[in-house]
Amino acid sequence: MPTMETSRTEPRSFVVDDPQKGVFLLDREALVSEDVLRAEIKNIFAKCWIYVGHGSELKKNGDFQSRRVAGRPIIFARDSKGQVRCFFNTCRHRGALVCTERHGNVRRFSCVYHGWIYNNDGSLARIPGDEAYIENFDTSGLGLKSPARFEQYRDFWFMCLDADVPALTDYLGKATDYIDLVIEQSPSGKMEVLHGTQEYDVQANWKLMVENSVDDYHLPTTHSTWLNFMANSGVKVEPPKDKDLVLPTRGFAFDLGNGHFTTDNVNFRGRPVAAWIPLYGESAKAEMTEIRAELVERLGEDRARRVADTNRNLVIFPNLVINDGSSVTIRTFFPDGPNKMQVTAWALGPVEESESARARRLDAFLTFYGPGGFATPDDVEALELVQQGLANWSDDRWSEMSRGFGREGEQLNSDEHHLRTFWRHWNKLMTGAQA
Amino acid sequence: MSAQADTLADVKVTRAEVEDFFYHEAALLDEWKLKEWEALLADDATYYVPPNDDLDGSHKDTLYIISDDRERIRQRIIRVLDPNCHAEFPKSRTCRLITNVRVLKVEGDLVTATANFVCYRYRRFQREFSYVGTYRYILRKDGDQFRIKERRVFLHAHELGRLGSVSFIL
Repeated sequence: MPTMETSRTEPRSFVVDDPQKGVFLLDREALVSEDVLRAEIKNIFAKCWIYVGHGSELKKNGDFQSRRVAGRPIIFARDSKGQVRCFFNTCRHRGALVCTERHGNVRRFSCVYHGWIYNNDGSLARIPGDEAYIENFDTSGLGLKSPARFEQYRDFWFMCLDADVPALTDYLGKATDYIDLVIEQSPSGKMEVLHGTQEYDVQANWKLMVENSVDDYHLPTTHSTWLNFMANSGVKVEPPKDKDLVLPTRGFAFDLGNGHFTTDNVNFRGRPVAAWIPLYGESAKAEMTEIRAELVERLGEDRARRVADTNRNLVIFPNLVINDGSSVTIRTFFPDGPNKMQVTAWALGPVEESESARARRLDAFLTFYGPGGFATPDDVEALELVQQGLANWSDDRWSEMSRGFGREGEQLNSDEHHLRTFWRHWNKLMTGAQA
Repeated sequence: MSAQADTLADVKVTRAEVEDFFYHEAALLDEWKLKEWEALLADDATYYVPPNDDLDGSHKDTLYIISDDRERIRQRIIRVLDPNCHAEFPKSRTCRLITNVRVLKVEGDLVTATANFVCYRYRRFQREFSYVGTYRYILRKDGDQFRIKERRVFLHAHELGRLGSVSFIL
């Protein structure tokens, strides 16, 4: 095992990456340290594009959502002219929040402290008692501040706190293909975030959720009760025939560059977009056949099969997950200390979806995902057990992540190739090392 | 036949009866006697926990925390009693305090009643979780027995995050 006798001032690698020996190890300090978290805030959350929200959450001009993004109070709003905006939720005068409601529709945001008022495009509307300032006092720069960059890809809006970064679409790179695949469920190419937000804190380091979101190795053990439920509902999940598989169908993992990666699996678990399972009920068959026929007509047989018969868990580095599985989830999370994260999740569906298809999508979501789902609570438990065990980190320093290292060609979803991809990129940003 | 005879007469119900039923149910849940609890459910029972940011939304167009029909409740019980339900192994210890019981409406054999609750939940090596909310039930009264037709749990927290998973029957 390597030793960690490096100087505190010199950046040092958190990974042992040895293709010769087929060994990849992660220094567990990365998952427990306050110092590491401080460095992450600076080197990752202040440098990368961070997901803010979906344009569909702002249906009308004047609509807003207030939330925390990368730990910061943010207002995500559509101004009176229809432009989508992002502001730091903080008064320019003394710093108080200017928006305390979770969502709503307003023309102006006002501070309850001294009454400064801002238009919904962020510009300063009024300072009470402004005659007390010197003549020609310049208020032009006193509108609500916005992150350095705020851009969208197909209505997924991201902010970046660093002005000097490539455009969002360049940052997303090949990941856009996988976002497109999700959106192709919609005949009009428009998806919407549905009402209702799921929130659950996990007493574990945020990076464990990145791993867990795309780790198909854990499914048979962590989620045996979910597999049992599926079997009880008429979806018998047969053990795989190939020795190297964990799941019944062969699935893959792809490095998409810039720290993004995805699994890409042949579906066995049913999909509300056009892959019927008995769980949905006989009455759903006819409508799902129609949905599928529309996909084939619009996209052709191959692409329709891609949309309907594959499921994918996509990670946009560092903290956005789009699970296109039992339903479509948008999941984001942010550290609240090294040993805790706050998770937020939404459901996404085609805007033109029928009432029955929408209800089926939501029901399918709850069979697996969320704090009351049949799988997520066991993921949360697994991550919390990891974090509790990591209290031993200084005496048992290295996490073993070599599964599938050395496999030539296509990489399997149940191996750890994609997790290594994440950690290499993370390590590069944290240490300045070459990946 | 008169219209009168077509309509089921409203059952008589007292608050004390409803309270007794709620206390009995709470004891079964706290003691993890879920098979006995299941016997309190009507054949068309539903169990809902709506999201905190849209308490009045319908489960058909709103993402809930829990939205179970009768069969899903059955599957939920199978799951949480399985030792491989890791989120509930070892089992959480829960203690429910139920108060402010009110009978809101009686229509035929259906009784709508609400109660406030605090459910404390303890897990090994973890902090205490306090779930504070309101139960709203639709009970079907048959003789001196109640069966749960709908069980809806409103959590009062603005954010559910700190409550973690709802992996037990709330």
